Amino acid sequence: MRIAVCVKRVPDTTTKIVIGGDGSSIDESGVKFVPNPYDEYAIEAAIALKEKAGAGETTVVSLGKETAQETIRTALAMGIDKGVLLKCAGSADGLEVAKAIAAELGGGSYDLVLMGKMAVDDYNHQVGPMVAELMGLPCITAVSSLAVEGGAVVAEREIEGGVEVVTCQLPAVITTDKGVNTPRLPSLKGIMAAKKKPLETKEVTLGAGGLEVLGLSLPPERQAGKIVGEGADAVPALIELLRNEAKVL
Amino acid sequence: MANVLAVLEQRDGALRKVSHEVVAAARGLADGLGGTVDALVMATGPVSGAEALGASGADRVLAAAHGDFGLYHPDGYAATVASIAGSYGAVVFAATAQGRDLSPRVAAKLGVACATDVTACAVEGGRVVVTRPVYAGKALQRVAVTGAPAVLSVRPNTFPALKSDKAGAAESATVPDFTARVTVKEIKAPAEATLDVTEAPIVVSGGRGLKEPDNFKLIEELAAAFGSAAVGASRAVVDAGWREHGAQVGQTGKTVSPSLYVAVGISGAIQHLAGMRTSKVIVAINKDKDAPIFKVADYGIVGDLFEVVPKLTEAVRQARAER
Ligand SMILES: Cc1cc2nc3c(=O)[nH]c(=O)nc-3n(C[C@H](O)[C@H](O)[C@H](O)COP(=O)(O)OP(=O)(O)OC[C@H]3O[C@@H](n4cnc5c(N)ncnc54)[C@H](O)[C@@H]3O)c2cc1C
Ligand SMILES: Nc1ncnc2c1ncn2[C@@H]1O[C@H](COP(=O)(O)O)[C@@H](O)[C@H]1O
Repeated sequence: MRIAVCVKRVPDTTTKIVIGGDGSSIDESGVKFVPNPYDEYAIEAAIALKEKAGAGETTVVSLGKETAQETIRTALAMGIDKGVLLKCAGSADGLEVAKAIAAELGGGSYDLVLMGKMAVDDYNHQVGPMVAELMGLPCITAVSSLAVEGGAVVAEREIEGGVEVVTCQLPAVITTDKGVNTPRLPSLKGIMAAKKKPLETKEVTLGAGGLEVLGLSLPPERQAGKIVGEGADAVPALIELLRNEAKVL
Repeated sequence: MANVLAVLEQRDGALRKVSHEVVAAARGLADGLGGTVDALVMATGPVSGAEALGASGADRVLAAAHGDFGLYHPDGYAATVASIAGSYGAVVFAATAQGRDLSPRVAAKLGVACATDVTACAVEGGRVVVTRPVYAGKALQRVAVTGAPAVLSVRPNTFPALKSDKAGAAESATVPDFTARVTVKEIKAPAEATLDVTEAPIVVSGGRGLKEPDNFKLIEELAAAFGSAAVGASRAVVDAGWREHGAQVGQTGKTVSPSLYVAVGISGAIQHLAGMRTSKVIVAINKDKDAPIFKVADYGIVGDLFEVVPKLTEAVRQARAER
């Protein structure tokens, strides 16, 4: 089985966001970067599927600045075989990213392409299905359960008020949600081994795209409200406020 | 190119509530562009509720019927939308499980960008300009969507459904040939029909303060007292296996914007706040007066939830009975 995993380098989820000097991106100084949490599920799925197949090769692809090498090394330390850095200067919209990734994966004759359901920085939820469209592959998004058996994929995805059971044939693009597995932590041995695994860098240029960022701002602070009272005695006052002030009852 | 296409959702042959919100967002853009709203419904046949879309702001309702369109059909739906979308100035989806899957497929087929999870949109100087939360809602991005058409998905519960006395015209749309590569076999519904946290007008969530999974019945009872309310959960209790992942609110769960969010025994970690800070009214019940949840709550009660919640449930029941 030949499997590709796409991993994005993103700010850690506890990061306090500070708007950068350009007014349209974040100030990255002091920010800790990690592999996108949803991509860790994709990495785990790739490693587990290769282990199960008993043969094959797993490749991690990350598009970004030179620093995305760290992200690739983390994936290699978890157990991915080799890495490709698609090096580019700035960022662009999901379609431009998808074009660059699809161009890289196109020649790889992969049986399976795994991605996260979304990147926690841009919240796009789109690169996976776009890559699939551009490559002419079937795609199942946001899977919380995944089985691959004899060339067929059976997956489950959470929808509002239920779970969809979805199938397709390989080769395919699958994006992962929480619940699909528990990502392993890199072992010390894995971290050592990762240093010797192949990591190729290719320069790519992204198009201008169709989303022009006009600005980035902090959301209006939620005003801390009032403590209505202590214990069960405060219930009548709360009901009163919900009914007459907030008008939600 | 001034017209706007609203791509709607149905389940079991009935229009979903979020569809009216999609039409509302489309209406706003169409008014800005000086065009009309076409609402596209894909199903096996007539969809109940579609006849009332005129009142929600649609000028025309386009019905695309196909024998395989009962459940979501990624390839068939994408081909159908893409076959007509090119003549519109904007195409609006819902940022739901279906819309998040479908909108990027359509955008890629059309070769245009896609702005997902939009919470506000308007036409400024002839361009579609949207606001979308990024970094888990810790920042808001303002973006001009320059593609033709502008493809976007709108977050549920952010665009209130419109009400007018207009009637929309009903027409049928052609389903083009497509290759079915992905099949949705079935929807496994939970034992009881439950409201999804992203779509419910009221969400009551419980956290580790409940101590044991069985105590979630306190949360369920409070939700039931409110009427149409969904039960949510913090990640701590989802990871502990007390609740399904579908109920998790937060950075790695659902983002919700209900009219009322009640957080019970939840500390208010930054990753939890990411998922609920856009709720209109937030109520917190926590025994720790310094819990961070009180920093975002409109109303807080400091106290033992095991005392407060049963009283609150009773009082809510009474208040609603008096209405
Ligand atoms: C990458 C990442 C992603 C994450 N994503 C999410 C996410 O999507 N959603 C999420 O929720 N979390 C998420 N978290 C976890 C988050 O950091 C917190 O650990 C979690 O939200 C805590 O859950 P809790 O509030 O239920 O538990 P706790 O923090 O343990 O809080 C329990 C609260 O209950 C109160 N309490 C206890 N007993 C009583 C009582 N008898 N009466 C009243 N109050 C009582 C306590 O005072 C306390 O405030 C994420 C973390 C990481 C690192
Ligand atoms: N710059 C990138 N490099 C590698 N993979 C990416 C990149 N951007 C997005 N992806 C992949 O696409 C998924 C969805 O991202 P997004 O559509 O940006 O929310 C991510 O979880 C990654 O798997």
